[in-house]
Amino acid sequence: MKQVKIGAGQGFYGDIIEPALDLAENTDVQYLAFDTLAELTLAILQKDRQKDPSLGYTKDITRTARTLLPYVHEKGIKLITNAGGLNPEGARREVMRVAKELGITGIKVGVAIGDDLFHRLDELERAGVDLSDTDTGRPLEEVRDRLLFASAYLGARPIVEALEQGADVVITGRTTDTAQFLAPAVFELGWRWDDWDKLAQGLVLGHLMECSGQVTGGNFSGDWWNIEDLDRIGYPLAEVSEDGSFVITKAPGTGGRVSVDTVREQLLYEIHDPRRYITPDAIVDLTTVRLEDDGPDRVKVSGAKGSPAPPTLKAIMGYSNGFMGMGMVGFSWPNALSKAKRAADIVRKQADRMGIQYEEFSADFLGVNALHGPAAPILDEDFINEVFLRVTIRTKDRAEAEKIGRLLPPLVLNGPPGVAMMPFAARPRELIGLWSFLVPRELIESQVRVSVEEVR
Amino acid sequence: MSASAGAAREKGTMVRVPLRDIVLARSGDKGNNCDISVFAPDERVYEHLVKVLTPDVVKAHFGHWVQGPVERFEVPNVLALKFVCHEALGGGASSSLRLDNLGKCFGPGLLRLEIDFPADLLPGGDDE
Repeated sequence: MKQVKIGAGQGFYGDIIEPALDLAENTDVQYLAFDTLAELTLAILQKDRQKDPSLGYTKDITRTARTLLPYVHEKGIKLITNAGGLNPEGARREVMRVAKELGITGIKVGVAIGDDLFHRLDELERAGVDLSDTDTGRPLEEVRDRLLFASAYLGARPIVEALEQGADVVITGRTTDTAQFLAPAVFELGWRWDDWDKLAQGLVLGHLMECSGQVTGGNFSGDWWNIEDLDRIGYPLAEVSEDGSFVITKAPGTGGRVSVDTVREQLLYEIHDPRRYITPDAIVDLTTVRLEDDGPDRVKVSGAKGSPAPPTLKAIMGYSNGFMGMGMVGFSWPNALSKAKRAADIVRKQADRMGIQYEEFSADFLGVNALHGPAAPILDEDFINEVFLRVTIRTKDRAEAEKIGRLLPPLVLNGPPGVAMMPFAARPRELIGLWSFLVPRELIESQVRVSVEEVR
Repeated sequence: MSASAGAAREKGTMVRVPLRDIVLARSGDKGNNCDISVFAPDERVYEHLVKVLTPDVVKAHFGHWVQGPVERFEVPNVLALKFVCHEALGGGASSSLRLDNLGKCFGPGLLRLEIDFPADLLPGGDDE
């Protein structure tokens, strides 16, 4: 039976590159797929693009290209990435620049565009699309003048089209996390676009691999202490068969673990209704998936059921949603928690007296309940060695946010005793609100364009 | 390994056990919702969790951190229960003041929850 080998190269903007190199060097992987775009990433890229119109893609594509283009050239490995972000053409120029720098010619770089809706919102509205937020029902007018980006989630089709045109590297904008992995399976194994069960298997494959190390032993809640060599963790490698079934494994000699437990933890990760995992390419029923132990660091995955792709595509927008100001200070035993609480009280009273305009004030006690909130039990203070107080405020503008951090250093002299102060007043962070709506897919897909250029 | 490992193991005896001793759990975010998956080691434990680990129990455990409802989905093929906690992240990853703005600590947080559990199903119980 025909097979294709697909590896995961990246799970987010900022991920390490070594595991991708392990796969390229030490396995017979044919495709490396990179998921670089979280919801927040597009907001970061929008700011880059505002500063410099040639940017707007994830800048680590330079390192990815430098590290892996030699393997594209010599071993014929193909790279698929959504690193294009808000500027796939810019990302292509960068990859082609790096290729020339490395003296590599003859490889083809494909790009798909058409996901960026930022300048099409009026047109979509005129076409009758409801731009209200699907989660809250709020009308777009509330945030329209604060929008930072608007992108539709595209599926695997434009990637397959680029592969059909001979691309060795495919760069897209906001294609789904799963699309990068489904596309090479469709292309190599000749799956039809209405073969819903096979597409569902390809989507399960993508879902399992899109978070890189999270399926190979990272973030594992079981006996994590027994997992070896996480410092050189291997990223997942899938051997996908024509019938849709596949085995998840990793490069030999790498750290981490592939087991039914590490795979099932990832199978449901960040999924809402497991019976209806909705993607542009098919709707997947994850409750039919079978996981079987297939030897050391090998798990066989089969049985996913698919149903027809939805008539709409999801679009996501980000809008500026104010700022977060933050400051942090530590208190030592004895009575560390009481001291931190008193300090929070002091800071709040001073903030109010100064008239700092905040919409929300929050005091967290690091080491006590900052991560579990009300679920954390109250401890006997004598057993608490130290507590860090983290004060945060939400404000409309940056200058107000900045003020809160300045209230913390005086506590060293003026507050409860025993303060550790590496004056930790963070620069205010812009908060990004997210907004989603659904668009009839023909309004998007009619505008998708795929092009392939050769490095000469 | 279990705090209750020394407890009576006769059939029918129930003990209070933290989920930490029984299940795997992983959590993440989607907008302002946090989703938590809980995985049982075998079918009998799964069937018991279906009975006792209700959305109400999970919602109460996290108190005011979960502002909206909690939905539960059964995923028997991987012996899992999926909880979707609505309005649980203080505005969502990119708008939240929370330190754990991505909700990755809700899974570990749920492992604190103590439930009534049949002693004979405990790890190292009379089946093993």
